[in-house]
Amino acid sequence: MIVASVGPGLLSLITVFVLAAFVGYEVVSKVPSILHTPLMSGSNAIHGIILVGTMLVLGEAHGAAQLTLGFLAVVLATLNVVGGFVVTDRMLEMFKARPTPRREAEEDKGGSAA
Amino acid sequence: MSRATATDLVYLIAIVGFILALKGLSSPKRARLGNLVGAAGMLVAVAWTFSRPEVYGTTRNLILIVVAVVVGTIIGVPAARMVKMTAMPQMVAIFNGVGGGAAALVSLTEFIALPSKSIAIYKICEVLFGVLVGAVSFSGSAIAFAKLQELMTGRPVTYPAQQPLNAALGLGILALLVASVATASTPLVVVVLALSLVLGVAFVLPIGGADVPVLISLLNSFTGLAVAASGFTLNSTLLIVAGTLVGASGILLTRMMSQAMGRSLPNILFSAFGSVITAGGGEAGEEGRPVRSGTADDIGVLLAYARKVAIVPGYGLAVAQAQHTARELADALAERGVEVYYAIHPVAGRMPGHMNVLLAEANVPYDQLKEMDEANPEMSTTDVALVVGANDTVNPAANNTPGSPIYGMPIVHADQAENIIFLKRSMRPGFAGIDNELLYDPKTTMLFGDAKDSLTKLVAAVKAA
Repeated sequence: MIVASVGPGLLSLITVFVLAAFVGYEVVSKVPSILHTPLMSGSNAIHGIILVGTMLVLGEAHGAAQLTLGFLAVVLATLNVVGGFVVTDRMLEMFKARPTPRREAEEDKGGSAA
Repeated sequence: MSRATATDLVYLIAIVGFILALKGLSSPKRARLGNLVGAAGMLVAVAWTFSRPEVYGTTRNLILIVVAVVVGTIIGVPAARMVKMTAMPQMVAIFNGVGGGAAALVSLTEFIALPSKSIAIYKICEVLFGVLVGAVSFSGSAIAFAKLQELMTGRPVTYPAQQPLNAALGLGILALLVASVATASTPLVVVVLALSLVLGVAFVLPIGGADVPVLISLLNSFTGLAVAASGFTLNSTLLIVAGTLVGASGILLTRMMSQAMGRSLPNILFSAFGSVITAGGGEAGEEGRPVRSGTADDIGVLLAYARKVAIVPGYGLAVAQAQHTARELADALAERGVEVYYAIHPVAGRMPGHMNVLLAEANVPYDQLKEMDEANPEMSTTDVALVVGANDTVNPAANNTPGSPIYGMPIVHADQAENIIFLKRSMRPGFAGIDNELLYDPKTTMLFGDAKDSLTKLVAAVKAA
């Protein structure tokens, strides 16, 4: 019954879905454990793409119920996007490469004092 | 080029950005760049969406969209900026939860907007999946946030008949789903939404605070799948791909995280249920206690990005003749600006001074060698204590277990370091034949194998990091 109602459009969406699942699985196949939390946070920001969906829904909403739900959805999705990317960036700030090895840094200090 | 084609192309660029972002986030070198690439992809996609007639067609609705985006930004950016570094996990939880909530609302609103008579069954299934998974993610994340923020107890919350109640809830939702598919009735879908919210709470309550990060990762993956479901409802390849990328990578990441904790995912999610059944059964036995073991690559990265590393050598290093490799590792770390020192226990190895001799032979700079009494005050500010083939000389039982055969022996306080890495051939006890509590410490990661092999791998991993 379900299969009978499936058109070619749906099938191509399913194809995209299956391929994306494989890509998603492969692309993070090797992550060092100190990056587990930033990766979780970064992918959290990416599913904020629901913002695009919420905008389309609210754009075409009619009536109080749809407008209210749609408005709420856009606010939540925006929070997801901006919060997700900002939090991830702050986490990753900690991984900045140290500018110079310690010995050079000490020499610099000595130089400025002299 | 038609507008629809242009839209598809812009969205394709955003998708490529997301894939590159995930790829970049998997390596410490490119992680920050990866996140920026993802953000750029998001910006492009959202900005372009404003140019679509569906969005700007009705002025009133467009104004509402802009207001909603502004409100979300005004709340979100300062919240994300001001939160303390230690509170990051709960912020991830809450931002994940709102994403799930948004996905559930998109599915629900789109369902309400569909012409009532002619809905294909697969459409209803897509909507129900989006509502169910999105709502579970929303309320589950809210509870996870409350646990981490200490708004409620971080301990597993259990109550009588928890299992039967949850089973009943699950069955009730299942029955409702079937009924919703059959009738396509909006009120029923709203009830599904409400019960899904309850399910999310019931799912997360029995999970302990220490395991919550793994849970957030799982809920993150759920939100991705809910977004993908909304993508099916809206016929949007962009949402399907981005949501599925997160769903699939999130499940893998969840598995990696639970492995890093030495636990299986079902054990994390459902162990509190078990504790209800065996209530009063007491502590689990010694056997099967969780031990965290890591890979050389993981540990290499941890070392490379540490500020201060203590190498604690023991008999294993001597047996494996690994002193030269240990020095290589120390040199590779020093080259990256990491402060390295050796914490030498007087009886490390099999004779006093054994280690000093070995390390001197490997030309270890003298100022890096610290005797136990000199090293111990440093330990609390050390990021990583790398214990190479030592065991009894770092066993906290010597300090805190009066009955222990080694009670009273001075030890190197590796337990005070932020992270402890054990290079060890097996879980076998050391010379004194007693179990070492430190091996089971949550801060401890094991790297099993011959000391020299393991160190060689670590040198390579540090250089690659």
